[in-house]
Amino acid sequence: MAVNTPQKPRETMEAVAVRFAGDSGDGMQMVGSLFTATSALMGNDLATLPDYPAEVRAPAGSLGGVSGFQVNFSSTDVYTPGDTVNVLVALNPAALKVNLRDLQKRGILIANSDTFNDNGLKLAQYTSNPLEDGSLADYQVQALPITRMTREAVAPTGLKGKDADRCKNFFALGLVYWLFDRDLQPTLDWLTQKFAKLPAVKEANERALKAGYYYGETAEMIQVQYTVQKARLPKGLYRKIGGNEAVALGMAVAAKRAGKTLFYGSYPITPASEILHELARLKNYGVVTFQAEDEIAAMCSVIGAAFGGAFAASGTSGPGLSLKTEALGLAVMLELPCVVVDVQRGGPSTGLPTKTEQGDLYQALFGRHGECPLPVLAPLSPSDCFHATYEAFQLAAKYMTPVIVLSDGYLANGAEPMRVPKVEELPAFDIRHPVDPTGFEPYARNADLARPWALPGTPGLAHRIGGLEKQDVTGDVSYDPENHERMCRLRAEKIAKVAESIPDQEVLGDGAGADLLVVSWGSAYGAVRTAFERARAQGLSVAHLPLRYLNPMPRNLKEIFPRYKKILVAECNLGQLRDVLQARYVRPMEGLNKIQGRPFAAAEVLAGIEKALRKA
Amino acid sequence: MNSTAVPVNAGPAGKSDTPVRATTYKPGDYASGHDVRWCPWCGDYAVLSQVKKTLSTLGISPDQIVFVSGIGCSSRFPYYMGVYGIHGIHGRALAIATGLKLARRDLSVWVATGDGDCLSIGGNHLIHTLRRNMDLKIIMFNNRIYGLTKGQASPTSVVGQITASTPYGVIEPPFAPLALALGCQATFVARSLDLNPKHLEMVLDRAAVHQGAAFIEVYQTCRIFNDAAFEQLTDRALRDENLLMLEHGKPLRFGKNREKGIRLGANLQPEVVVIGENGVAEKDLLVHDEKAPNPNLAYILSQFHYPQFPEPMGVLRAVEAPTYDALVDKQIKDIQASKGEGDLASLLRGTDAWEVD
Repeated sequence: MAVNTPQKPRETMEAVAVRFAGDSGDGMQMVGSLFTATSALMGNDLATLPDYPAEVRAPAGSLGGVSGFQVNFSSTDVYTPGDTVNVLVALNPAALKVNLRDLQKRGILIANSDTFNDNGLKLAQYTSNPLEDGSLADYQVQALPITRMTREAVAPTGLKGKDADRCKNFFALGLVYWLFDRDLQPTLDWLTQKFAKLPAVKEANERALKAGYYYGETAEMIQVQYTVQKARLPKGLYRKIGGNEAVALGMAVAAKRAGKTLFYGSYPITPASEILHELARLKNYGVVTFQAEDEIAAMCSVIGAAFGGAFAASGTSGPGLSLKTEALGLAVMLELPCVVVDVQRGGPSTGLPTKTEQGDLYQALFGRHGECPLPVLAPLSPSDCFHATYEAFQLAAKYMTPVIVLSDGYLANGAEPMRVPKVEELPAFDIRHPVDPTGFEPYARNADLARPWALPGTPGLAHRIGGLEKQDVTGDVSYDPENHERMCRLRAEKIAKVAESIPDQEVLGDGAGADLLVVSWGSAYGAVRTAFERARAQGLSVAHLPLRYLNPMPRNLKEIFPRYKKILVAECNLGQLRDVLQARYVRPMEGLNKIQGRPFAAAEVLAGIEKALRKA
Repeated sequence: MNSTAVPVNAGPAGKSDTPVRATTYKPGDYASGHDVRWCPWCGDYAVLSQVKKTLSTLGISPDQIVFVSGIGCSSRFPYYMGVYGIHGIHGRALAIATGLKLARRDLSVWVATGDGDCLSIGGNHLIHTLRRNMDLKIIMFNNRIYGLTKGQASPTSVVGQITASTPYGVIEPPFAPLALALGCQATFVARSLDLNPKHLEMVLDRAAVHQGAAFIEVYQTCRIFNDAAFEQLTDRALRDENLLMLEHGKPLRFGKNREKGIRLGANLQPEVVVIGENGVAEKDLLVHDEKAPNPNLAYILSQFHYPQFPEPMGVLRAVEAPTYDALVDKQIKDIQASKGEGDLASLLRGTDAWEVD
C-alpha cells in the first residue's frame, strides 16, 4: 500500500510477540489469524497460539469470556509462540486483567479506553481504572477510544450500533499492522473474498482496518515503527498450517499417495473437531467422512473401513480415546491398519477441554486390556503433525496395525509455516492385497511379521477374523494355551520390529555427552529447544533429546543415555515419560513437569535446566 | 501368501449398488466348513440354514458378502459362513458394518446380532443405523435372555421372568424391538420365527433385496436358558390363535379358522373381533399396508403381544428411501463434478501458499 506521509523512526527487532485479546465475541481469533497470514507472506518465521474459553459465549466482558490469540514472528527460527509478549491489544478491561501478566516490562499496551467504563471495570473486577490509576507505569500505554473511532470510520457505510462496533477488531489490527510495517493487501484481499456477498460489511471492515493503520501513521502518540526482517527459511513453497489442519492434510495426502480412499470416522470433541471439519471439506479429493453417533462407533467404523481396504482413521481427545480403547484392542487383534489421532487436553474426565496437556501417554501406551501393544508417535510441532500422520499410515500399512498419534491442544491450535513437500518427496506406499487363493492363510506373516491385507470381494479369499484369539497362521479361533502365548509374543514382536522403520534418535547439542540431557516428547519440543539454545548460549553443558517415537522407541536410546551425567525429562504431565524411561533404561531421571493447561514457557524450562545443573 | 498387487482403490467411487450375480449357487457354497458349536436344538441352526438358502437363491457370490457380528451366541454366525466376516466386539457390529459399507458399497453386508448385543450394549448403534438407512441387512436373534453369559435377563426379557440375574423375577418392562425400529424411521421392519423355516425364508428373501437398513427380529428359542419363551407361538395347538401372519393388501385375520380379525376402534385403539359376530364383516378389518408412508399402522402392530393380541409375523414396513451410503457417494461425486477431482499437488499446496527464494 502506498504511504506518502513522513516516516516515523524505525527500529529493527529480531522477534516480536503480539497478543490480541478481547471478549470471545470480539473476533480476536480472526484478526490473530490474519496477522499471522500476513506475517507469513512477508517471510517471517512464526508460531501462534490461540487461547479461548471453553464456553462458546461466556457473559460479555467477563473474565471467563476473554479470548486471546498470540503470534510470535521473527527473522530467525521460531519454536514457540513466545513466553511473554511485546505488544498486548486489550479490547476490554477483562482482557487486560487476564493478559497483563504476560506483557513484558516496557511492552506496548493498546487498550480500548471506551470499554473502561464502570460496567466494564466491574465485570473485570477492577476497583479503580488501571488506565488512570498509575498501575500501568511499567508499560507503554496507548489508551485509545477504539470503539468511537471505529464507529466514525465505518459511518459512511451506513453500518450502525452493534454492526459498526463489530469492526473494532479490524481497527486494532490496522494499528498493529502499522506498528510492525505490515502489508495491508493480503487482509484486504481476504475481506473481498470473505464478504463477497455482504459489500457493506466488507467496506466497513476495510475502513476500520485503514483507519487503524492511518491512526498509527499520523497520531502523535506512537513514536516508533518496528521492522522485523524476513527469516532465512530454506527455499521452497510454504503454507501456514495449524496442527489439526496438518493432521487432516497428512491423512488425505497419505491416502491419495497410496491410491486409497481416506475414510475418517469421528465424533465431535474439543480440541480435535477441526480435523473432521477440514476433511469434510475435501470431498473433491474423494475423502469419506463419517460423523458417528459416538466415539465407539467412530472407532468401529474405522475398523470396518480398514477391513474393506480403505485408509481409515479417527481423531479424538482423551475422553474419546478412553471410549475407543476396546475397539483399538479389536484392531490389534484383527491386525488391520488404521490411525487414531489423540489431540490431548487437560484431564482426567472432562478436565480442561480447551487447554493443552500431555496427560494421555500412559493411556496411549498401556490403556488397553491384555497384551496389546501398538505404535505411538508424537509430532513435535504443528507442521510436524502432517509428517507424523503421514508416517503413521506408512507404519500402519506396513505392519498391519493401528497406530496412535499423540497431538495436543497446543499443537492443534498453534500454527507455523510449513514447507510444502513435492509429491515425489513423499515416501511411496508399497501396499499389496493378495489375490491368489493358493496357500492363502489370513494370519501368515511376512518378514515384518505383518499378515496379508486380503480384501472382501476377492474371489476365493473369503475368511473370517474376529476378537477371539487366533490360531497362528490360519486365523481360526483357538483356545490352545501355547498358541495364545505364541500369538501374544508375535504381536509384541511385530510392534517391536517397527523400530527397524524409524530413524535413530538425534540429540541436539553435544551428542558425545554433557552435564545434562533434557528429554522432551511431542509438543514440549518448542519450549525445550528454545530453552536449550539459550542455555547453550550461556555456556551451559546441556543437550536436548526431542523424542518423537514413543513406541517403539528408537533403538539407539540405550547408547545415548549413559553419555550424560544427568537426565531431565520435561513434559506437561506429572512424569509419565520419565516413569517409562526409568523403568526401561534403569536410570534415575529428574522430572520437569507442568500441568496447568498451558504449554511450557521457554523461561520455565531454562530455569529448570539451571536448577538441575546447580544440583548436579 | 500371494502378494500380487491389485488395484487398491477400495472406495465408493465407481462401485455399483448391486452385488455381483452369478449363475448358480448351492446353500453349501456359503458354508465355512467349520463345526457349528451352538447347543443342540438351538434355534440359530435354522436361521443359519435359511440364510444360506436365501443367499444361494439370490445368487450373490460368497466373495461379495460380509457377515459382521458382535458378541453373544448368535454372533458366532460369521464363523459358520463361507463368506468374508468379522466377529467384532459386544454391541458394535452395526458400527463396524457401517464403516465397511461406506468404504465398500459394492459388498452385500449382513449383521448377525442378538437382543443383548443389539438392544442393550449396542442400542445406540441400532437407532442411528436405522435412522440413517444404512444399506445393511440386520438379523436380530431375540431369545429374551443372555445365553452366552449363562442366563441373565436381557432388554427383551418379560416382566416376572426368572433368570440368573433376576431370581425373584424381572421387574423392568421389555423393549418392543419392532416399535423401536419403527420409531427410528426404519425402512424395512419384519419379524419371523426360527421354527417356521418357510416364513423365515420369505422374510430373509425380502430383506436381502431391500435397499437400505433391513431390520429382522427373529424369535429364537434358547433351549438351555429360556426354553418356554415362545411356546405360545410355536405350539401347534396354540399358534394359530397367537400369530398374526401379515400379507400386504390383505385384511388382518387370524385364528384356527381365520375367523378373528383386527379392527381399529375409538381413539386409534385396536381390538380383536370375530367375523360374523356383532355384525362384524371382513370389510371392517384393518388391511395390512407395508408400504404406507406413515408408519402408524405398523406401529400399532408392533405393540401387539399375546395373550391380548396375536403377535404379527412378516413384513410390517417396507418403504423406499435413499440409503446413507448412496447419499455419501452421491455427495462426493456431485462435488467432484462441480469442483473437479482434486490432485495431490493441489491438496498439498492449499490455497494460501507462498514462495520463499
